[in-house]
Amino acid sequence: MLTYDEIIEKYEPALGLEVHVELGTKTKMFCGCPTEFGAEPNTQVCPVCLGMPGALPFVNERAIESTILIGLALNCSIAPMSRFARKNYFYPDMPKNFQISQYDEPICTDGYLDVEYETPEGMKTFRIEIERVHMEEDTGKSLHVGGATGRIHGAEYSLLDYNRAGIPLVEIVTKTVLGTERYAPQIAKAYVKELRDILRALGVSDVKMEQGSLRCDANISLSPRGSGKLGTRSETKNVNSLRSVERAITSEMHRHAQRLEAGERVVQETRHFQEDSGTTRSGRSKEQAEDYRYFPEPDLLPVAPSAEWIEELRAQLPERPSAHRARLQQLWQVPDKEMAAMINAGVVGIVEETVAQGADPTKARTWWLGEISRLANEREVEVAEMPITPKDVAEIIALVAAGELTDKLARQVVEGVIAGEGKPKEVIAARGIKVVSDEGELVAAIERAIAAQPETAQKVRDGNIPAAGALIGAVMKDTKGQADAARVRELLLGLLA
Amino acid sequence: MSRISNEEVARIAHLARLELSATEIAELAGEMEAILGAVARVQEAAKSDVVPTSHPLALVNVTRPDVVRPSLTPESALSGAPASEEDRFRVPQILGEEA
Ligand SMILES: [Zn+2]
Repeated sequence: MLTYDEIIEKYEPALGLEVHVELGTKTKMFCGCPTEFGAEPNTQVCPVCLGMPGALPFVNERAIESTILIGLALNCSIAPMSRFARKNYFYPDMPKNFQISQYDEPICTDGYLDVEYETPEGMKTFRIEIERVHMEEDTGKSLHVGGATGRIHGAEYSLLDYNRAGIPLVEIVTKTVLGTERYAPQIAKAYVKELRDILRALGVSDVKMEQGSLRCDANISLSPRGSGKLGTRSETKNVNSLRSVERAITSEMHRHAQRLEAGERVVQETRHFQEDSGTTRSGRSKEQAEDYRYFPEPDLLPVAPSAEWIEELRAQLPERPSAHRARLQQLWQVPDKEMAAMINAGVVGIVEETVAQGADPTKARTWWLGEISRLANEREVEVAEMPITPKDVAEIIALVAAGELTDKLARQVVEGVIAGEGKPKEVIAARGIKVVSDEGELVAAIERAIAAQPETAQKVRDGNIPAAGALIGAVMKDTKGQADAARVRELLLGLLA
Repeated sequence: MSRISNEEVARIAHLARLELSATEIAELAGEMEAILGAVARVQEAAKSDVVPTSHPLALVNVTRPDVVRPSLTPESALSGAPASEEDRFRVPQILGEEA
């Protein structure tokens, strides 16, 4: 088997990324049903999104505006005239038996996104060209019953919830990306991360990969160097975290290389990423090209955004994430190295939100890059995907500043929130965490420590200040770590002066 | 114009999940050819100065504001379904593809 270095020496990787984003509109793409995540099954459905005969779709204006905003942020041209099309297929996740999408007339085309990535040779910028951005609708969710694994295979029947069917979906498709070389997996991840930051800054989606509001299909192919043509690609679906984007592509590069080395061909097919093993499994083969029989959607009129409308939207564009980061770095006075660490950990946006909740920028940065990053690493997830919000962290920072928590206790609260024990106040109440700030109680504990270690106390009285550590330790133990160590020291030295 | 073969009709029927007998396929091949022939005549009339259109109405940008409207209850949504379970539509085994 070839090592990664050998693979890169013999083959050139070509990437292609398709990202689906669920828009954060209040209602669905073609009907007024709400789009709340996690609602009870089939409570957000109507004749339109259930595909009842005679029901007619009615386009959500905000969804069009969001898509144009995305196109503008990705440097795309906005088509003066664009149309919806029917993509026909029979599958129970689409009750109409077709999905309304866009085909040959997408709303945005030919853009790019510059992705910065810190290589061992320094920071490099890779331009990822965008082929198209188009609008469509999401599908329903199926639950497979019977069979061991909840997978379709072996299931006896399936249960459908159409709450998600019809939620506005935007598909962002790159052109074939060449030139990323050995960094192909990392650039793919950095691209999705940058895209996520842009979408978040635009406010068009909550971009939660773990809830499926941002999903990535990763295409990869290897071509023998000097062959002058692209290799056969595979398309990996179910890539549900940033980390998985990198792992899926790395794993596919190894699999392709192994086949090519063995003189076998790579089959053009859809594969599914397996979170547990980090590898992919074959899905359906695309040997027989799907025939979706696209045709213009007769129930909808074309979308023809006027130049004024586009300019109005362009004026709403937020600062680009790269420019924004540079400004924050200056505002918060962050050293270059720390800033690079924040970018790589993907926490700039979260730190900013924490600061917006009233936290000190340095403290906010320290929490996200320190304790929370450490816990994220342990769980092998991205920091941004940790179940703790900027508001929680800001609240904890405020409690420390108010003297209601020590740093040590604050770490326990963070841990509790991440463990799902509730919001900071709930964790504090449930775990009985509190700083012993009652001076009388503290003094009593200090007196007990002095009585227990009279010799140590005498040393301190004689001016051996470092000896006080043993007494402070005893007091902290006595108060179960809930005392403020600095205050204990102050009181102790006062008593022994 | 090219003739519509029985194979083509069979393929299209399969895509539309229609079960047709051999007689029906042969009949439809002839009918489809007549229909396509009629469309071809329209194409002849539409010279390059005619803009392609997908809709008879000369309207664009017909949209609605992003405001929630009441949905159906699960009971009424499922009332016409042949089978349901746990407030979900129950469908037969799905074959041949992995979701
Ligand atoms: Zn609906």
